[in-house]
Amino acid sequence: MRFSGWRIVREGLTGNRGWRPHWRTPDPKPEYDIVIIGGGGHGLATAFYLAKEHGLLNVAVLEKGYLGGGNVGRNTTIVRANYNLPGNSEFYSHSLKLWEGMEQELNFNTMMSQRGVLNLFHSDGQRDYAARRGNSMRLQGDDAELLDREQVRAMVPYLDFDTARFPIYGGLFHARGGTARHDAVAWGYARGADARGVDLIQNCEVTGIDIAGGRVQGVQTTRGAIRARKVGIVVAGRSSQVAALAGMRLPIESHVLQAFVTEGLKPCIDHVVTFGMGHFYISQSDKGGLVFGGDLDFYASYAARGNLPMAEHVMEAAMTLMPMIGKARVLRSWGGIMDMSPDGSPIIDRTGIEGLYLNCGWCYGGFKAVPGSGFSFAHLIATDRPHAPAARFRLDRFATGRGLMDEEGTGAQHNLH
Amino acid sequence: MRLSCPLCGERDRREFTYQGAAAMVDRPAPGATTEQWSDWLHLRDNPAGRTRDLWYHEAGCGAWLVVERDTVTHEIFGTALVGGDHAD
Repeated sequence: MRFSGWRIVREGLTGNRGWRPHWRTPDPKPEYDIVIIGGGGHGLATAFYLAKEHGLLNVAVLEKGYLGGGNVGRNTTIVRANYNLPGNSEFYSHSLKLWEGMEQELNFNTMMSQRGVLNLFHSDGQRDYAARRGNSMRLQGDDAELLDREQVRAMVPYLDFDTARFPIYGGLFHARGGTARHDAVAWGYARGADARGVDLIQNCEVTGIDIAGGRVQGVQTTRGAIRARKVGIVVAGRSSQVAALAGMRLPIESHVLQAFVTEGLKPCIDHVVTFGMGHFYISQSDKGGLVFGGDLDFYASYAARGNLPMAEHVMEAAMTLMPMIGKARVLRSWGGIMDMSPDGSPIIDRTGIEGLYLNCGWCYGGFKAVPGSGFSFAHLIATDRPHAPAARFRLDRFATGRGLMDEEGTGAQHNLH
Repeated sequence: MRLSCPLCGERDRREFTYQGAAAMVDRPAPGATTEQWSDWLHLRDNPAGRTRDLWYHEAGCGAWLVVERDTVTHEIFGTALVGGDHAD
């Protein structure tokens, strides 16, 4: 079933009786070539690119709940490629290019909106870093523009430019960044994978990983045993639990990150804006709600809901940056479980077990990585060789100390990112 | 969330700074291998459920605490000084 303007007109004229479910609900087969554990954005994108790029169609995605019910449905929907360090820079650049072609590739409206990401800076030191980061982005082939205070004022006049405590010196503008409809991304990849023959199996929790002679044999699930030659783990905040089924301990701590949305308002915030003197970022959804978030709660948690001190901090940062937000009423807040790695950068790699692959450590940046992560993970699983843009996301970089990607410069230790 | 400091009593969570798994207290022996040191520094059990972790009473008495709690429900089961109650 392809979507098109013509199709919408035809369905509208015939009572919308022609629409069909976007994917099947198959029962698991006893054996697949490849099993992907985790039916979130990354897992569904992996299955889609395994089928599309590598012609591997005997694939199942196992999801313990419903498709897209985890972090892909619980984020602030920001898409960007504004990283500084080698490793991250080429990966997110690749991912952004996939975002730009996603709607055509999937024939699905993911509401990709390249409205621009504006990172504000508030001191000479922050301006120097923004200039350096902008240069890194341009050397990578992406876009970045350093704006002075008056250029920022012309673009976003509603910010508080009179505050003496955190004066706005300017901003780094990344015009190709923006937002996308988070659920639609998961649904689009699910639909594309299913159409190519991938089995998407929901309500199917993996309870064991079968290993014999150092080689993966398959998985045990709540819907029976499934044999597989290759198994990919891509389960975000639950990575430690699933890896433990294979006897592995990971360099991961799971933390909660909160986000908030206000009631729907008329259009007032046209870009994604981030505050440089407090962890705060905001955009306006197409429905009108102001979507914003802050930093981690900063202690290990699987609660999928936050604590009040961080909610208070986020509201304070919001009021400091844009006092007009005080008139808006918060509609709801939520939390997602982040798989935090010691250096704040992800892992896409083989494991010590043959046929078992790992994709985790996305910290609070997993959404923008969805297409790139799926593409690179599919490449790794299909060819047993790392995909060039993700080649530095090695699992052993913590043990060897080589190739750490500490984007924030705080140290490659747990609890610092 | 509130934590009970053995020295100060029940206090607001904002007085405390989280460090990480309490297993960090058990450092490898001086002759341990590089791999053992790396595992201690980087690898975590990261349980969904009951856990023991380290908190620093930064805005209070400055004590290091081991807090036993549930990472899913945020229930606190107990707190103790890292050096034990007899530390002085």
